[in-house]
Amino acid sequence: MKAKGNAVKFGDNVDTDVILPGKFLVLIDPKDLAKHAMAGLDPDFPEKAKTGIVVVGGKNFGCGSSREQAPLALKYAGVQCVVAESFARIFFRNAINIGLPVIECKGISAAVENGDELSVDFEAGEIRNLSKSQTFHVTKLPTFILEILSDGGLVENLRRRLSKK
Amino acid sequence: MNISEKILAKASGKTLVHPGEIVDANVDMVMVHDLTGPLAVEAFKRIGVDHVWDNKKIVIILDHQVPAESVKAAELHKMLRKFAKEQNIRLYDVGKGGICHQVMPEKGHVLPGTLIVGADSHTCTYGALGAFATGIGSTEAAAVFTTGKIWLKVPEAIRINVKGHFQKYVTPKDLILSIIGLVRADGATYKGVEFAGPTIREMSMAGRMTLCNMTVEMGAKNGIIEPDEVTRKFLEGRTDKPLVSFESLKSDADASYVKTMELDVTGLEPKVACPSSVDNVKLASELSNAPIEQAFIGSCTNGRIEDLRLAAQILKGKRVKDGVRAIVIPASQEVYAQALREGLIEIFTDAGALVCGSACGPCLGGHIGLLASGETCVSTSNRNFIGRMGSTEANVFLASPATVAASAVTGRITDPRKLEATKT
Repeated sequence: MKAKGNAVKFGDNVDTDVILPGKFLVLIDPKDLAKHAMAGLDPDFPEKAKTGIVVVGGKNFGCGSSREQAPLALKYAGVQCVVAESFARIFFRNAINIGLPVIECKGISAAVENGDELSVDFEAGEIRNLSKSQTFHVTKLPTFILEILSDGGLVENLRRRLSKK
Repeated sequence: MNISEKILAKASGKTLVHPGEIVDANVDMVMVHDLTGPLAVEAFKRIGVDHVWDNKKIVIILDHQVPAESVKAAELHKMLRKFAKEQNIRLYDVGKGGICHQVMPEKGHVLPGTLIVGADSHTCTYGALGAFATGIGSTEAAAVFTTGKIWLKVPEAIRINVKGHFQKYVTPKDLILSIIGLVRADGATYKGVEFAGPTIREMSMAGRMTLCNMTVEMGAKNGIIEPDEVTRKFLEGRTDKPLVSFESLKSDADASYVKTMELDVTGLEPKVACPSSVDNVKLASELSNAPIEQAFIGSCTNGRIEDLRLAAQILKGKRVKDGVRAIVIPASQEVYAQALREGLIEIFTDAGALVCGSACGPCLGGHIGLLASGETCVSTSNRNFIGRMGSTEANVFLASPATVAASAVTGRITDPRKLEATKT
């Protein structure tokens, strides 16, 4: 599994209230949620994400509310993958469960500039900054998590596992 | 093992577990509410099984956008009611429950030693009763609806031993804000937080719930307190299920912790978390130049009867300052009824505060009491993120019910002990 796109950077402690403010939680269609992705920080984000981007976050990305609408909004806005120094645990699980790849990489914030072209290889645990010819090696995700991601999310993964029984 | 490890070992059929180990655990109870439930129901339908794994172990609570503030919210509520009826699941509707994290313990759905997951980050509140409880997302809740199981990494634990007596008008909220200021917003990420020591033993269930509730604000997976006589007393008349031996839930003397903190609340003063992160903690007395437009007393952190009593003690015979809106929201219908019986509602209305029906209210900026740009709110809730309570240009300060009530009277952030001192 691989992901590719230009970097859009954010700082530390990006919470799910800024990723998707509470007033939009009554929206249920992911395409509607996507229109408000990152509304608390950057109203132009949905426009920037359209082409398929990699979000680069700092520490504790996705902290706060358990709202799954936050990773859904990012995914449907065009985010291919989120790479961050560290993640808040509920966001991390939610992203995987809805099929948005996420991976931790220490030192990524300082090494990447907005617009750099990034490529992520999840099986290899490798992130490459193609604009700067730099490679980062990260802890690989456990196999069962990679399977959930390659199935497209937990629903699809469960469907597959239940149909085998 | 510590208490969290003991619960996770039992839930996964093991005799021993270690931090970092991933276990496949059996869930005792799962909760979703009106903002996370609809996505869970949609995901459950896509998984494609006909029936939930155990309808007695699922609870749905309408508390965020209630009563429905829009047609969209009304449609979501309707969908959840239909699902609950089809699957014969307990649903607490408008007027029958209140805020999920108050209703779950109040109605006996939280028992010591059980594993509870909820599609809300403040599910960690239930650790106050000695349960291992943690927040999950909607899709994961749907998976639990289907299989009754969840994978969990056994967390490393931080133990916080607390001693000393609180000064008048200093509360467990001031303690947890002080702890978050020390540990920082990401200082307990992936970890468990266990509270212990004589101060915790003397603390009411309401105070314990306030502490555990906010552990997620430092990134924690769960907050937990060993059950004791306070727990037993709280549960009296709330459940007819047999309780496990509390002895089996004590952390062993040789239990391992990644960090141990020793705190003394004797000199603790009223604390306030300033915009726009919960770990930006200062003394209330340092902030007396900050004027406010709104004061909010309520939420799953501080909307319990003990919190309302404390606020009423300060507001009795006083008026909310002109130019300030004070909003009081009891955490549940049970709390509301109790506040009525005790005359607290009358004290609030006499003071010029608006008392609303039990719901999450302004806390998450979805419904009731949103803020305009440039406005400031001092709130007993748990988050002050940018845009959390309305405009992205509004400011939210988090404090105890005593500090919020005192601030409503003066129109500025006020140390409640100072208001007391200026009484004529």
